[in-house]
Amino acid sequence: MNDIIEICGVSKTYASGFTALKGVDLAVRRGEIFALLGPNGAGKTTLISIVCGIVRPSSGRVRVDGHDIVSGWRKTRSLIGLVPQELTTDAFESVWNTVSFTRGLFGLRANPAHLEQVLRALSLWDKRHSRIMTLSGGMKRRLLIAKALAHEPRILFLDEPTAGVDVDLRHDMWQLVSRLRGEGVTVILTTHYIEEAEEMADRVGVINNGELVLVREKSDLMREFGTKRLSLRLRRPLAEVPEALSAWRLELSGDGGELTYLYDAQDAGEGVAGFLDRVRDAGIEFTDLGTTESSLEDIFVSLVRQRQ
Amino acid sequence: MNLEAIGAIYKYEMVRARRTVTQTIVSPVISTALYFVVFGAAIGSRIQSVAGVGYGSFIVPGLLMLSLLGQSISNASFGIYFPRFTGTIYEILSAPVSPVEIVLGYAGAAATKSVILGAIILLTAGLFVPLHFLHPVWMVAFLVLTAVTFSLVGFIIGIWADGFEKLQIVPLLIVTPLTFLGGSFYSIDMLPRPWRTVALFDPVVYLISGFRWSFYGIADVNVGVSLAMTAAFLAVSLAIVWWIFRTGYRLKT
Repeated sequence: MNDIIEICGVSKTYASGFTALKGVDLAVRRGEIFALLGPNGAGKTTLISIVCGIVRPSSGRVRVDGHDIVSGWRKTRSLIGLVPQELTTDAFESVWNTVSFTRGLFGLRANPAHLEQVLRALSLWDKRHSRIMTLSGGMKRRLLIAKALAHEPRILFLDEPTAGVDVDLRHDMWQLVSRLRGEGVTVILTTHYIEEAEEMADRVGVINNGELVLVREKSDLMREFGTKRLSLRLRRPLAEVPEALSAWRLELSGDGGELTYLYDAQDAGEGVAGFLDRVRDAGIEFTDLGTTESSLEDIFVSLVRQRQ
Repeated sequence: MNLEAIGAIYKYEMVRARRTVTQTIVSPVISTALYFVVFGAAIGSRIQSVAGVGYGSFIVPGLLMLSLLGQSISNASFGIYFPRFTGTIYEILSAPVSPVEIVLGYAGAAATKSVILGAIILLTAGLFVPLHFLHPVWMVAFLVLTAVTFSLVGFIIGIWADGFEKLQIVPLLIVTPLTFLGGSFYSIDMLPRPWRTVALFDPVVYLISGFRWSFYGIADVNVGVSLAMTAAFLAVSLAIVWWIFRTGYRLKT
C-alpha cells in the first residue's frame, strides 16, 4: 500500500454555513514530503484537522495507513503528529513536562532518551527545565515540533511551521524535515513561504476556496506551469519591438535597453535558438544575455488568480 | 484502554495543583477555619447542641461539603477550560484518547484533589471540635462519591463556559447558595414547616444529610434517599458528559 493517507470526497460545512472544503480527493504517498499550498481561508487547516480528528467532516472518508479515521481512530491518531499553526502552549508548564505529557497522551511509556534526542535536535535541551512562558517565539515553535515528535509519529503534519521564525531556524527546520523523511516519516506541510515548499517538497497540492486545484510532482509542476525568461542587454536601445519579432512574446524595458523573451519551460530548446536567429536577422545586437525561470511562488500565484 | 494517557492527564493536573497549592489547598483551609471561628466559637457558643451533637461538631460535615463541592467544581472546570482557552485542547482531541479516558484523567485528578482537601479540612476541624465517625466507611463513600460527582459537574461547566466569568457563575450563584440553604449550618428540621418542604427541593440537602449521618448517625432525610440522590447526580452528570463527547459540544466543529 503506497498511499499512507487517502482522502475521498471530503467536504466540510461549518455550523455558520461556511463551506471550507468541497469534495476533496487526495492521496499522500508513504514517505514523501507533500506541500499543501493555498491562500488564507482556502481550507488547508480544515483538511489537516479532519485527518487528525479535531474537525468532523460533513461527508467523505479518510483512511490513514489503511485504517478509517472514524472506525479506527485510535490507530490512525497514534500514527500522526501535528504541529498547529497557532503557538498554543501551556505557559506555566516546563518544556520537559509538556513533551512528556504528549508522549503519555499517545499511549507510550516514558522514554527519556528519545525525548532528549528530540529536544537536542531542536536545540531545546538546555531549556528543558524552563517554563514555556520564558521561551522566545521561535523556541515555542520548536517546542510544538518537539511535542509532535514526542510519540515517534509516522506521519507529521506541519501547519505553517516556520511562521515568524528567523532564517537560520527555518533552515534548521528544513534539515530536520529532511532527516525525518530519511527515517521514513511522511511529512505534510502547509506554508505561506513557497520557497519552503520549493526547497523541500516532493509533490505539491494547491487548494483554493475549498477545492483541490491540482496535485503534481514539484518538478512536473515547475516544468508544466513554469515560465522562462531570456533577457538580452541591447547594444543600442530600441524605441519599440521591431515588427519582425511581433510574433514572439516580448517585453521591452522602459529605457529600451533590455529585451525579454518569455517562453514556456517545456518549449526550451528550439524556441530560444529560433528567437536568437530572428534577433540576429533583425540586426539587433546585444552585449549580454541571461535566463531566469518562474519560482513555485509565481506558479502558485498564477494558479490561484486563474481560479479567482 | 489508554492507561498511559489517563496517567498523563492525571499527573499533569496533579502537578498543576502543586503549582497552585495556595489556591487549591491553603485558601479553602483558611476559609474553613474562619467558619469555625465565626459559627463554631462566636455563634455556636449560644447554641448548645443540635440533635444531641455540639454545634461546632454538627457543622463539620456541612462545612466540609461546602468546600468539597466548590473545589471539585473549580478544579475540574478549570482543568478542562484552560486547554480550551489556550488552544492546547487540540492535543487532547488529536490524541488516541477516548472520552472516557479524558474524563477519568481530568475528573479523577479533580476528585483526588478534593478528597485530599477534605482530609485536610477534617484534620483542621479536629483541632477545634471533637469529631466522631459513626460510619467511617460510609463517610468515605459519601466523600468520594460527592467529589467524583461534582468533579464531573465541574468538567461539564468547563466545557460549557466560553469565558472565565461563566466558570464562576454556577459555583457562585447556584452551588454556594444551595449549600448554605442545604443545611450546612443547621438541620432543616429547625426551619418552619413550609420552608422545610421547600428545602427538600434543594439537592444539596441530601448530600449533607447523608454525610452528617455517617459522622453522628443523625440525618434530615433517610440515608437511603441521600445515597440514591447522590447516585442520581452521578448518573445525570455521566449522561451529560457522554452527550458532550457524542455531539462534540464546544469541543469539535
